[in-house]
Amino acid sequence: MKSRTRLAALLTLLSLFGDSHAVADSIIVQSTTSTANSGLYDYLLPLFKKDTGITVNVVAVGTGQAIKNARNCDGDVLLVHAKSAEQKFVVDGYGVSRHDLMYNDFVFVGPPTDSARIAGGRSAIDALSKISTHKARFASRGDNSGTHKKEMALWKKSAIDPTSASGSWYLETGSGMGATLNAAVGSGAYTMTDRATWISFKNKQDYSIQVEGDSELFNQYGIIMVNPEKCGQVNQAAARQFVDWMLSAKGQDAIAAYRLNGQQLFFPNAN
Amino acid sequence: MQDFSNAFGLAASLIFSADADLIEIIALSLRVSVSAVVLAALIGFPLGALTAVAHFPGRQTLTVTLNALMGLPPVVVGLLVYMALSRAGPLGWMGLLYSPTAMIIAQTILVAPIIAALSRQVIEDIHKEYDEQFRSLCIPAHRVMTALIWDSRYSLLTVMLAGFGRAIAEVGAVIIVGGNIDHLTRVMTTAIALETSKGDLALALALGFVLLILALSVNAAVYSLRASARRLSYA
Repeated sequence: MKSRTRLAALLTLLSLFGDSHAVADSIIVQSTTSTANSGLYDYLLPLFKKDTGITVNVVAVGTGQAIKNARNCDGDVLLVHAKSAEQKFVVDGYGVSRHDLMYNDFVFVGPPTDSARIAGGRSAIDALSKISTHKARFASRGDNSGTHKKEMALWKKSAIDPTSASGSWYLETGSGMGATLNAAVGSGAYTMTDRATWISFKNKQDYSIQVEGDSELFNQYGIIMVNPEKCGQVNQAAARQFVDWMLSAKGQDAIAAYRLNGQQLFFPNAN
Repeated sequence: MQDFSNAFGLAASLIFSADADLIEIIALSLRVSVSAVVLAALIGFPLGALTAVAHFPGRQTLTVTLNALMGLPPVVVGLLVYMALSRAGPLGWMGLLYSPTAMIIAQTILVAPIIAALSRQVIEDIHKEYDEQFRSLCIPAHRVMTALIWDSRYSLLTVMLAGFGRAIAEVGAVIIVGGNIDHLTRVMTTAIALETSKGDLALALALGFVLLILALSVNAAVYSLRASARRLSYA
């Protein structure tokens, strides 16, 4: 009996420390969710791996959490969409430098009943004013993500403070874009989402895009290599290769070539 | 609710097509949760036996604490393990974050109190029957403990199943310390959370059915193992 217990303990230890480490030539990308949920990485990463042999492990969380994780050095590359927060990340010394990578845009989606009558409009500010005047339900990320930051900036421009109505018509889900879309669709609320997540989202029911095309709704994605001077464990060579590849003509062409349901989701704009 | 009926068909086709990604996810789920339960049992059985048998100051406090820790929120455990294993944290040099090992550690912390608290109850109950006998024979405490653990092994198997149920079903801890990385740390529950966030409710529910079937199979396997072991021991 004793030897059997010892064997069990030994086996457990082996399974613990056996192959749990990531492969040597691999990096961790702290990423926003839209790029992962839309299938972009599933398309890009095999191409990158074929070119370089490097495995990219993606941790997809909201932009706020991704930046926080990268500040804890738990990543080699940061790929998010909140320019001012990204610049602060670099200024604070956590990032080597920030590069524009690609863009798409945000859209307002809502139910066919459209109680605030925003459908067909082109102004985001206008849509928000109408929603607040009608006290129409609006689901907000409320999670400090890139989308949430953009939404709050738009509210500020429209001189409305929706958080005073939090819990009545303004619903802060505190979760990811997908969960917030599920909540909006389930409760008849409007919400703002990036176009990539919307196109790939499968629980649309009778919801549709109601406001789009405003230059205020521009959505820029950036890529940053985590600074090895701050974070000694950064896999420098591989991280640099990944950033360079994404910004290269090859990477940029691959981003442009990715289609879902026949639609281009991301538009490369590295300079 | 068309999603609901779709989910059944999808679950069946997932299982019968033996989808490679799904098998990888199932294997990792099992590996993480089974390892966590075995480790938790190695900690929990002795701890449970100790609190059941030995008399020491603070025993009641320990008992109440263990009982309370059965309700540990997974997300809190995930957060604590993340903070410890983060490269910025005290154990960051080990490079364990976003690995199956990190997930095993988190689930072990979740499950150990459940195993300790439940096994204390089981062992305490049978200890009452033997207590006088043990004392009259002046058997040392550690021998009493091993004898009682061995004697209640079938009940303790059920205790382990309770722990396994907790481990295989939780998502809060593994998604934080594992990161839900494809082909590295994605398990059944984090895959379900991901598909839900993609709005693919039918696929999410189908994965949920697969998880239920998995839990059912593990329980059935343990049950039949237990039955045949019993038959052997009485033969």
